[in-house]
Amino acid sequence: MEIDAENLSATELRLGLPGTSSSDDSSRPKKPSPSGVGVKRALDDTKSEASGTGSAAADDEDTATPAKAQVVGWPPVRAYRKNTFQAAAAKKAEQQSGGLYVKVSMDGAPYLRKVDLRMYKGYRELREALDALFTKSFSAAETSQYAIAYEDKDGDLMLVGDVPWDMFISSCKKLRIMKGSEAR
Amino acid sequence: MTYFPEEVVEHIFSFLPSHSDRNTVSLVCKVWFPKLRVLTVKGKPHFADFNLVPPDWGGYAAPWIEAAARGCVGLEELRMKRMVVSDEGLELLARSFPRFKALVLISCEGFSTEGLADIASHCKFLRELDLQENDVEDRGPRWLSCFPDSCTSLVSLNFACIKGEVDSASLERLVAKSPNLRSLRLNRAVSVDTLSKILMHTPNLEDLGTGNLTDEFQTESYLRLTNALEKCKMLKSLSGFWDASPVCVPFIYPLCHQLTGLNLSYTPTLDYSDLTRMISRCVKLQRLWVLDCISDKGLQVVASSCKDLQELRVFPSDFYVAGYSAVTEEGLVAISSGCPKLSSLLYFCHQMTNDALITIAKNCPNFIRFRLCILEPRKPDAMTNQPLDEGFGAIVRECKGLRRLSISGLLTDKVFMYIGKYAKHLEMLSIAFAGDSDDGMMHVLNGCKNLRKLEIRDSPFGDGALLGNVAKYETMRSLWMSSCNVTLKGCEILASKMPMLNVEIMNELDGSSEMEENPGDFSKVEKLYVYRTTAGARGDAPNFVKIL
Repeated sequence: MEIDAENLSATELRLGLPGTSSSDDSSRPKKPSPSGVGVKRALDDTKSEASGTGSAAADDEDTATPAKAQVVGWPPVRAYRKNTFQAAAAKKAEQQSGGLYVKVSMDGAPYLRKVDLRMYKGYRELREALDALFTKSFSAAETSQYAIAYEDKDGDLMLVGDVPWDMFISSCKKLRIMKGSEAR
Repeated sequence: MTYFPEEVVEHIFSFLPSHSDRNTVSLVCKVWFPKLRVLTVKGKPHFADFNLVPPDWGGYAAPWIEAAARGCVGLEELRMKRMVVSDEGLELLARSFPRFKALVLISCEGFSTEGLADIASHCKFLRELDLQENDVEDRGPRWLSCFPDSCTSLVSLNFACIKGEVDSASLERLVAKSPNLRSLRLNRAVSVDTLSKILMHTPNLEDLGTGNLTDEFQTESYLRLTNALEKCKMLKSLSGFWDASPVCVPFIYPLCHQLTGLNLSYTPTLDYSDLTRMISRCVKLQRLWVLDCISDKGLQVVASSCKDLQELRVFPSDFYVAGYSAVTEEGLVAISSGCPKLSSLLYFCHQMTNDALITIAKNCPNFIRFRLCILEPRKPDAMTNQPLDEGFGAIVRECKGLRRLSISGLLTDKVFMYIGKYAKHLEMLSIAFAGDSDDGMMHVLNGCKNLRKLEIRDSPFGDGALLGNVAKYETMRSLWMSSCNVTLKGCEILASKMPMLNVEIMNELDGSSEMEENPGDFSKVEKLYVYRTTAGARGDAPNFVKIL
């Protein structure tokens, strides 16, 4: 199996929301680091150098350390089970009364803002809203170089975008926009 | 066989030792078909569970129900798995079989609660309505009120997969007039209070799936529940626990000592300590389904408490490819050493080692089903970085009765050599992201004498392997290969050599016209499904399926 260089970008660990891409990739690390980049990553310390047994292993370095890669039908869990879990997370979010206001801090900004997570259908809308909120705080060139992180129920700093939206809004306590240099 | 008198045919069939063979024969024997009582049909390939089969592939129940309605009106039981069932089909079913007693639908789709209303309304002697993990469209709670007052025959009712509200009063009335109820599985909408009321009518209940057990309820409600549960002296199996709060755990304690089956696998709200508090009291447990939040430590508690454990399933709570899991090889080693009767395993974890597998194999030689899923494809031994060939080799060597095996992690052709050599009773094998060359698949086809189902994804097996032992497929129920290296040419050759097989290929992107333009192309086939047929190609295949 050939290594498709164009597809490698899909498996890179980049500090931006999934679905976004920055025009300037050269300043970003190309290889994901399993131990995380200042934010908690729920990956174990995988050894990506598989022993070289056969052509299948050659692919491993690129596919074995994905940033929450999506492989169709993997892990092999019935759709019913996946849907049930997602429904539970959504229901929980619904039952919580009123809005879901969380503070948003931006590194270097003098004061915080608040957003109602229930106003957005997904990550893209959230990102756009945050862009709009903080647009005066940084230049257009910098917009692509920040990472959005959040503090979850356990107090850990997590990268936004990994879990389904419904699960995210039920566990997000605070948002934090981290500037490029710090985010690395 | 129409030239033999009926008595001779029946005499020949009486030599068939197993029910399943006799049942199969009755389906194709024109003389026996009208007397059919029980019909079991499975539709889509197993990998359809994981969204690998596109929608509209087939597996429609309607033709079966229609044929039965025409030919065998004595039908009493219908069991279907992975089929597409419609409300019209259910209505026809309800109206066509006056003695109908049992409907079991597993992982089916295409119907709504209105279809269930017809079943409830018209099947006067219904004993069993068992809906397991189906995708049912919710059109309101009316269906549960449709059981007529005269229907008192219910023994088993499972509607856990129904998404919507149910009418509590109807449910209580139904249970109150069903003295033979042994198995009852409720859905998420049923409250603790309703559950308590219901349990007052079911002293003989053996299997219960609870409704929701959230922390919305007051302590009094939970106290009433405990009192009600204590009346169910026959209760052995517990499931449900929808949205269960840790608060509910102590209220289940009085039941724990008598439980032989416990399913907590839909409850991400209980953590390791909640789970172990409950399970450590379940000393008679034989079957346990949990989520990986139980962690290795929790599995050690299981190992020291549940000495009679025969079946364990540990499901992931994080569905991403390299997702985090709190269980590793250590948990499984602990289980194997504490629970020597373990014979059936489904285990999702984030790492494994050869040493662990070798230990597990020695501790538990009685495995019949061994399914191990390491969440990250092609992940090597976590300590040595080697492939897991030796570990799985030990499993097939020690577990001489092994009938079902799913392998994962980094694996070379060697593991298949072991499987072909030792797994003589293996009937079903699932392979993903494994092997190096055609040799791997050949070892399996040549060595596993009892192989019935082989399903392979994302592995480098090509035409050489596909065509290396074509006669084998006539002894098997089916072969599935997706994202492998088989080509259109290879599949065409298979189809031409084996006219008794249906060779179905599916290419996602505009498959059929492309393939016709370039016959004999060496383009890779995305999905291949091969199975035996006595009736030629099926007529209900959609556009994206080509039958060679």
